[in-house]
Amino acid sequence: MRVLGIETSCDETGIAIFDTEKGLMSHIVYSQIPIHADYGGVVPELASRDHIRKTLPLVKQALAEAGCGASSIDGVAYTAGPGLAGALLVGAAIGRSLAFAWGKPALAVHHMEGHLLAPMLEANAPQFPFLALLVSGGHTQLVRVDGIGRYQLLGESIDDAAGEAFDKTAKLMGLDYPGGPLLAKLATLGDAKKYPFPRPMTDRPGLDFSFSGLKTAAANVIAAEGKTPQVQADIAASFQQAVVDTLVLKCRRALKETGLKRLVVAGGVSANQSLRLQLADLMQSMKGEVFYPGKEFCTDNGAMIAYAGWQRLRAGQAQDLSIGVTPRWPMQQLPPV
Amino acid sequence: MPRGSAAPLILVAYRSIKIFQAKMPMSGLSYQIELRDEAATRQIAGQLAQGCRDGGVLYLHGDLGAGKTTFSRYLLQSLGHQGNVKSPTYTLVESYQLAELQVFHFDLYRLHDPEELEFMGIRDYFAAQHLCLVEWPERGQPLLPVPDLDLQLKITSAQARQLHIHALTARGAAMLELIV
Repeated sequence: MRVLGIETSCDETGIAIFDTEKGLMSHIVYSQIPIHADYGGVVPELASRDHIRKTLPLVKQALAEAGCGASSIDGVAYTAGPGLAGALLVGAAIGRSLAFAWGKPALAVHHMEGHLLAPMLEANAPQFPFLALLVSGGHTQLVRVDGIGRYQLLGESIDDAAGEAFDKTAKLMGLDYPGGPLLAKLATLGDAKKYPFPRPMTDRPGLDFSFSGLKTAAANVIAAEGKTPQVQADIAASFQQAVVDTLVLKCRRALKETGLKRLVVAGGVSANQSLRLQLADLMQSMKGEVFYPGKEFCTDNGAMIAYAGWQRLRAGQAQDLSIGVTPRWPMQQLPPV
Repeated sequence: MPRGSAAPLILVAYRSIKIFQAKMPMSGLSYQIELRDEAATRQIAGQLAQGCRDGGVLYLHGDLGAGKTTFSRYLLQSLGHQGNVKSPTYTLVESYQLAELQVFHFDLYRLHDPEELEFMGIRDYFAAQHLCLVEWPERGQPLLPVPDLDLQLKITSAQARQLHIHALTARGAAMLELIV
């Protein structure tokens, strides 16, 4: 079975083709493309959420890169939520319509299920059940995963996502937005013990997160000490340590509570080296194993949507002919496979 | 219709059209208050919420960490929302269906170009009976409607904030009367 995946839930337009035999045949994220001539002129990054002009040319390109025709596609999967309604509707309308035109089934995919299953695109794929930490600019969630569509939300951020805290603190320090990765680089030059940033919500039971207070704490340090390179590096290191400590503490707590031995970490922040080092220590001490998606599948992409759609389409699930999106869509509402 | 004589596809350039009818601007009715701590923010948000039950548009200005989302959280909770109020920075808008009011909480910080508001279907959000809270409204101009209240939060110390509220419509003036 060969599935076309379409991701348009937020900023990125991602298209991919996944095949039972051949695995991932092609995958493209628009922002990776340097020359925009095929897209009716240059689509400026200014209108980064202009999925309308990008999606169909990307589908054609994905088919060409996979070396297959549209007639070989057995199903179309598109992100139907959660996300921005207008952005989701573009992918849903195009995906559902292509499937109709091709006479093939279509499937509405949950964006976070895509992230959860992304590590399964790797050679060393995790077995069910596992604990998943989804940590990005838009999400910070701990999910118990017992199988496809068998999800239990254990905790989530009640305000800012971890990646958002990175980006905003970087901005406060004078770095360009979004500067999370740059902040992480600066952190290697600083003293992580210099400033005692709070570890929010770690002193009480539960698995929820709160990161909005961290940027205010950083702003207070900057107001008091200025923005010299050393202060910047020390803030970066201390801030990163506070976020990583908090994430690791909640992972340990969730692993203990659930008795799970496998941890999947996905989303843009999962690329953070400091987080990976501490999680490696944690899993070693708990005699467990940690799994990550490939680097290019940490952020939003079409491959994870094609894969999640493939898992459900091959089990016989499919959408009716209506074009619908679900901007707010609790993962627990997904049907099991 | 015979082949070759299809009517030309007409593309409407929405961008050049002013979408929202301007509300009558009022002479400046404004109010300034020193918020000593977060509890003071909660109190003033709770008072203002009483004037928002029939909808309206509130702009929220202020630097990162000034407390725009915190203010929105307390306002939403005063209106009866239970549960989290997540930052809408990533999603650009979060919606809340309360018992008798639909609330939209925008954060336009990540907007690169106001034209992107068209891609998110901005026209569907600003109905008179909806309450729209808009953080970083300057990034959405000139496509946003005139606000009933324009709020500016300034950081004055680690805990304290200065709140400046400006009413720009009759509805906004009525809201402001609740706290003056």
